[in-house]
Amino acid sequence: MNGLTHMISGSLLAAIRPFLAQLPDSFWMPSQASTTAGEVDRVFFVIYWISVFFFAIIVGLMALFVVRYRRRHPGDEAVHGTQHHSVPLEITWTVIPIAVSVVIFVLGFRGYMDMATPPRNAYEIQVTGQKWQWFFTYPNGFVTSELHVPEDRPVKLTMTSEDVIHSLWIPAFRVKKDVVPGRYNHTWFEATEPGTYPLLCTEYCGSGHSDMLTVVTVHPSGTFDQWLQEASNVYDTMPPADAGKLLVQRSGCIQCHNLEGNAGIGPTFKNLYGYTQKLRGGGEVTAEDNYIRRSILEPLADVVLGYEPVMPTYAGKLKDKEITYIITYMKSISDRGGSTEEAAADAPAGDAANANPDAATGTEGH
Amino acid sequence: MSTGATTTAPHVAGHVDHHGGNYLNCESGWKSWLFTLDHKRIGVMYLGTILFAFLLGGIFALLVRTELLTPQQTIMTADEYNRMFTLHGAIMTFLFIIPGIPAALGNFVLPLMLGAKDVALPRLNLASYHIYVIGSLMAVTSILLGGVDTGWTFYTPYSTTTNGAVILVTMSVFVLGFSSIFTGINFIVTVHRMRPAGMGWFQMPLMLWALYATALIQVLATPVLAITLLLLIAERALGIGIFDPALGGDPVLFQHFFWFYSHPAVYIMILPAMGIISELVAVYSRKPIFGYKAIAYSSIAIAVFSFLVWGHHMFVSGQSELAVVIFSALTFSVSIPSAVKVFNWLSTMYRGQIRLETPMVYALIFIFLFGIGGLTGLFLATLATDVHLHDTYFVVAHFHYTMMGGTMIAFLAGIFHWWPKMFGRMFSRKWGNISAALVFVGFNLTFFSQFIMGANGMPRRYFNYPPEFQIYHEASTIGSYILAIGLFVAAGVLIQSLLAGRQAPTNPWGAATLEWQALSPPIQHNFDGPLLLTNPYDFTSNRWDEAEQGFVPVIPVADKETQTS
Repeated sequence: MNGLTHMISGSLLAAIRPFLAQLPDSFWMPSQASTTAGEVDRVFFVIYWISVFFFAIIVGLMALFVVRYRRRHPGDEAVHGTQHHSVPLEITWTVIPIAVSVVIFVLGFRGYMDMATPPRNAYEIQVTGQKWQWFFTYPNGFVTSELHVPEDRPVKLTMTSEDVIHSLWIPAFRVKKDVVPGRYNHTWFEATEPGTYPLLCTEYCGSGHSDMLTVVTVHPSGTFDQWLQEASNVYDTMPPADAGKLLVQRSGCIQCHNLEGNAGIGPTFKNLYGYTQKLRGGGEVTAEDNYIRRSILEPLADVVLGYEPVMPTYAGKLKDKEITYIITYMKSISDRGGSTEEAAADAPAGDAANANPDAATGTEGH
Repeated sequence: MSTGATTTAPHVAGHVDHHGGNYLNCESGWKSWLFTLDHKRIGVMYLGTILFAFLLGGIFALLVRTELLTPQQTIMTADEYNRMFTLHGAIMTFLFIIPGIPAALGNFVLPLMLGAKDVALPRLNLASYHIYVIGSLMAVTSILLGGVDTGWTFYTPYSTTTNGAVILVTMSVFVLGFSSIFTGINFIVTVHRMRPAGMGWFQMPLMLWALYATALIQVLATPVLAITLLLLIAERALGIGIFDPALGGDPVLFQHFFWFYSHPAVYIMILPAMGIISELVAVYSRKPIFGYKAIAYSSIAIAVFSFLVWGHHMFVSGQSELAVVIFSALTFSVSIPSAVKVFNWLSTMYRGQIRLETPMVYALIFIFLFGIGGLTGLFLATLATDVHLHDTYFVVAHFHYTMMGGTMIAFLAGIFHWWPKMFGRMFSRKWGNISAALVFVGFNLTFFSQFIMGANGMPRRYFNYPPEFQIYHEASTIGSYILAIGLFVAAGVLIQSLLAGRQAPTNPWGAATLEWQALSPPIQHNFDGPLLLTNPYDFTSNRWDEAEQGFVPVIPVADKETQTS
């Protein structure tokens, strides 16, 4: 039977291989952009071909036996074989899978230890996950919602969560680690290809789970420090309303608060400033500077009627100056915010047009 | 083993009409069903209820797949979607696939295979069914109350902080656990105490080994789930601070507790399926099962190993690297007994006389799909690759290949196999096989595409997804529709048989286990007259009879040695 096995498996593999060879490299795995991705993929394809081999044997033999030993009439009695057990065979197909398993385990173990051990000189970035966005804090205190990393330099992520468990996954780097509240988890990688790659949450975390994705930008060798320097100062070098708009986009506000006048998970920012809002707990409040500031720092204090109290606090993530920029921006997109000099002076033409009351009819009821 | 009493061939004895009929019509009225102590009626009621749960879970599955046709919102909101996949998972796991084979088919065949009148503890058996119904009603009530959005795994601290009927669903799973424990205790006692004279442990059909191994896990692991769920309820209701980091708890501890049950539970699902396949491959190959002892011991080995591998669900959770490595190594141990079974099934077919009756077609589909499910498990047990694949559609595809391609297909194979015994009617072989072909094509289209998108970067439990994955999602959704059509055809075949099927002979397939000596359907007390105790895989003990359109016993020469050497 062993001879038969080899014959069948050999011919099946020969039949399948050319077909599989036609597949592009990216059929199973995304592009590789880290030092460990290649090793992970090597292990993946070793297991893959072992699996194809054993599957071909199993299904090949099964198909062969069905064809060869088919009983067309239930009463056909042609006794082919009577052997019921064979100790050598049982040992063979116990030992071979054990040997294969040991090999695969060792390959996986080696690859994993590389991935689990950050180099000592790694550049450290703090990661905070919260429903439903990421915050990346660089050593100089600068915070972004997209991850920026240097090429050819090990980066260690120290991660924790503000609320439920999240999980950070960068497919192109083949790294994933849960982001757990109340503890710090670590992962590391060394990017090898400049470019932008998806970064996703892979631990289910509620309504916005599938929107908790962003990108990681790999800066070419030697340009990262300069980028960080410029990016850290960017808000101070532009008009306050522009800085506010950028902050709203980068801090993840727009995931729940859109700018077009439609209700999302939270109220739209358009025509919010200066308008009176009914509150969940009863009562009213006018959305002016102090209310907005408080809503950013203590979001659960006065929630607008019709919305769930789900917003996380931004205390410690936005500086006072940045909150001021955001308020300035909100004024610039509200028809009741335009009286201030800043908005009139600084709001770009496009935003000024948006502040036109005629375009704001969709905001009723917020 | 020497043959037992051989005075009367059972099919002859069976013609004696007792109490005016069989177990289905011997008593009537809803009370005669709802309060019956007859294991067969309890099995049939379980079957009906479990199939209803399967339908419900299946509808949720189709809604989930339909939503995923487009990368953005298709037919429901994100919050509705989250409830759908939670209910799909929870219903399929706790209401369908865990009780499925043991409670429905196991209850029916276990006493019959032992030549017994009933299980050892019939009242406990009935209690198990009643508890199952209560637990199921609680689960259904929670749907009406707005459902839950935690995922079937109830991970903390999400589950302790989200809105919805979490406590009710958790209580329902807690209650269902007792139903499972009761069935397990009953089967253990029955197998120990009620084997007939002459049937030692190694003369038992392999289905009984599988059900026995399953029962061990049910009894030993389910209490841990119960404790875990009580702690979750206490955390949510009272804030005791065991899982919630805000109160000083550890959310990963919940995962340890949860998987300490839920990984062994995976083998509660698959072991009885393997038992069915072991029976069917032998019967439809008309050849003694190859490597009987290896298959029997591998069932026990799987039951033991199943308790040692739970940590592989947490490779990226932040548990210690040492634990990660140990759990990875232990996880590979489970693959060995599974592989041993597959090779023994193939060897049973070698030089057999393979008859492609519908149950056998499903059994072959099982080997194909379980082969893929098992082999893709290697990628997930391996640390370097699991880090990338964890919590992606690769995992979703893997466990559907094992749970659905494995357990559900084996369940169908078993239903078709024992259907003539349960209801006394033959079904259309042709349409049965057509249903199998549709299920096979639909299944692979649904789930194979998920391997590809998972490895490429598609996380699980995503409502919106990057548009490059749409082609795979479309294939998957179309596959799920074909799969559903196949399952409806299978249901149609079975219903048609009840309405217009040919009267089933006592032994339509030529099986040698004892249940095929009872009439189809059996009388209330199962057997009438002495049984012909043969080796369960000695197919020379019966032969085809054209007039009967089934197999009839070959009256053996007294004291002939028939045991497998």
